Amino acid sequence: MAKTDQAGRPIVVVTGMGVITSLGAGREDNWRKLTAGESGIHEITRISTEGLKTRIAGTIDFIPVEHHSSPELSERLATIAAEEAIAQSSIGSRGDFPGPLFIAVAPIEIEWDQREELVRASGANGDLGYADLYRAGETGKFRHVYERFLFGSVGGNMAERFGTKGSPITLSTACASGASAIQLGVEAIRRGEASAALCIGTDASVNAESLIRFSLLSALSTSNDPPQGASRPFAKDRDGFVMAEGAGALVLESLEAAQARGAKILGVLEGCGEMADSFHRTRSSPDGKPSIGCMRNALNDAGLSPEDIDYINAHGTGTPENDKNEYLSVSTVFGERAKGIPISANKSMIGHTISAAGAVESVFSLLTLEHQRIPPTINYKIPDPSIPLDVVPNTARDARVTHVISNSFGFGGQNVALVMGREPR
Amino acid sequence: MADAREVWITGVGIVSCLGEGIEAHWEALGKPSTADTTAFAPYVVHRAVPVDFDKQIPKKGDQRQMEAWQRYGVYAAGLALQNAGMKGNADLLAHTDMIVAAGGGERDGKVDISVLAGLRTANDHGAYLNQRLMSDLRPTLFLAQLANLMAGNISIVHGVTGSSRTFMGEEQAGVDALRIALARIKAGQSEIALVGGAYNAERLEVILYYVLAKCLTHDQHSRVWERAAAGGGMELGTLAAFLVLEEKQHALKRGAKPFARLTSIESDQVNRMPGAITAALERMWSGVAQRVMPENAAILSGATGVEPITAEERAFLTQHVGLAVRATGTHLGHGLEPQFPANIALAAIALRHGHLFAPADDSGVERAMDAPLRQVVVTSIGHRRGEGFALVEAVD
Repeated sequence: MAKTDQAGRPIVVVTGMGVITSLGAGREDNWRKLTAGESGIHEITRISTEGLKTRIAGTIDFIPVEHHSSPELSERLATIAAEEAIAQSSIGSRGDFPGPLFIAVAPIEIEWDQREELVRASGANGDLGYADLYRAGETGKFRHVYERFLFGSVGGNMAERFGTKGSPITLSTACASGASAIQLGVEAIRRGEASAALCIGTDASVNAESLIRFSLLSALSTSNDPPQGASRPFAKDRDGFVMAEGAGALVLESLEAAQARGAKILGVLEGCGEMADSFHRTRSSPDGKPSIGCMRNALNDAGLSPEDIDYINAHGTGTPENDKNEYLSVSTVFGERAKGIPISANKSMIGHTISAAGAVESVFSLLTLEHQRIPPTINYKIPDPSIPLDVVPNTARDARVTHVISNSFGFGGQNVALVMGREPR
Repeated sequence: MADAREVWITGVGIVSCLGEGIEAHWEALGKPSTADTTAFAPYVVHRAVPVDFDKQIPKKGDQRQMEAWQRYGVYAAGLALQNAGMKGNADLLAHTDMIVAAGGGERDGKVDISVLAGLRTANDHGAYLNQRLMSDLRPTLFLAQLANLMAGNISIVHGVTGSSRTFMGEEQAGVDALRIALARIKAGQSEIALVGGAYNAERLEVILYYVLAKCLTHDQHSRVWERAAAGGGMELGTLAAFLVLEEKQHALKRGAKPFARLTSIESDQVNRMPGAITAALERMWSGVAQRVMPENAAILSGATGVEPITAEERAFLTQHVGLAVRATGTHLGHGLEPQFPANIALAAIALRHGHLFAPADDSGVERAMDAPLRQVVVTSIGHRRGEGFALVEAVD
């Protein structure tokens, strides 16, 4: 079997996968529930939702963390997903992963709990100012807050924990972050810099401020009742996305390295494509040029044509605009075939795991290839006549799937598509 | 190092306390510092010179959608594109890749303090926070806080759309942004890339992080190598730096002139036990030692002043390497993500001029260098984690 692809580059394969979402921890639990059409979306209990328009999310509440914050839980979720992926691949040894780390993390900021802690420690009763917070900080008792909220903290700690090699790369390309982490890993292996890479996307940023920020942009579903019915990608009555938490991890290896150590090959990362959008900060170009371009770039990179794709793992957020644009892109790239290719949105069940989404959905795409079964788009009760696609409505379906394309589109004009295959060609 | 593909720096854009653009920086380097000791007292902050953003961000609407760190970044990116001769060249920009090193997190400090004050006496804590955030957060501020929206704004304002990636993680992000862009071009995964970052130190909520870490110096400006006696520390600085990296043939074909060649970049993350920095520098230096010609080479150090890591770097550079050294933090202050890109930019500018700027130090670390400058080694020892090392060379 050839060790290089059509362009003479090392073939990149997947030898380990890990995932955690609001549906549960691990591949098995997630896959069973995902193909049963179960939703992980529920009422938010972590914080008060008093006065909020959106009171639902796919939070992960079954993983205890001592001092809750977005980076703290993000790191915990990333750790769980990475442990599962590394265990499956049996690569390296404990704390000694033989390659670099690429990790997608949500933007990090000191949160309200920490600010309030500083206010309390300052003892300020009257007028409050930053001088009071600084006074508390100067005691040196809050170094842990600085450590936790450095932008490099999650990646830095993960690199130490798993013994990945070199400088870990922490990245953010908004809702495409998880896919970008995988793309960086693929590129490093193709350059011959590494024979393995650990690629992770993680996000645990459901808190009052981030809910409100997205809410002020009118991006979130407000269909609070029942929570499980809120995320309705491609349906006519879709009204926004549902924030969610999760992590996905892949162990990537060159085919040569994987075969040399007798690793089981779970799938192939065949192609990556990207194209930035200069149209608007939160909206996609109405002509779909960048999302079309990124899908075409991914197909070209994989050396495949649209005819070769059997399933589209949609970005499918459930916002009115995204799904309409994604239809435009898919119908342009796939032409007449668009109506006949199954396309489904994992987000109908797990919500939008934002910085993790590209990685989580890559794991699901690879599981689709492995099980030859396509997870459904649930909550698809009222078809949108302007989006005539086979969204695998409400019920999973067995199918012959050899090549999958998975889309990720994000704020700031970020577009990434990944093409995955069942086995090396 | 017999790379088939050579990478040139064909564009440089920089904004700092020293000025904006190449000439302003060249003029100001080696002159007394402009650090501000009053605006954020007791902390010393290197404040950016006033910038006329209209020159690179013509639409006021675009400027309003950004916070200061993004405006500095988009501005410096525009300068780099301009002197690379690619501003407005839609075809070229559409296949230009972009990697930005950024943090974000600029907030509305007034709102934060007012909400915090109210929370002290709120009956229903959660409900109060929700109500205040719903009414007080500006929708656009969210976009001004997201790390990847500096890149997003560069796409919108300048039309760079080949690809867009944002790395986070303080100094490390700046090092790896350049390392990955360089590796991609060398490997044929990219032809031309806009790479850099920006940091605005002139914000209370941003300075707060380093107050918590207790790693800032107080009261008076001091030069990087002189801070150890008082325990060391950083002076933060507002900084934006972007570079255009371009494959040599690609540059030749469009008639672009090189500032310098970006020969190699290495990065690592070592534990910070005593001796670890020395070992890392040793390893990275050994990768270029054979190639470096001591009489025509200098070192631009990204030393932060934080101890004991700065002492370790100082000892390594002076005892082991012995080249002329300049710590740019003395001039620029420390700007985290863009510090390494800025130092590569200054290296490129010095190489174009063919000589090194004057020393700014009487501690014995920095000495005058009169010989022609042909090579510059750039170091980055992140204040908390991450190490980087680059070799920049003159192009004949």
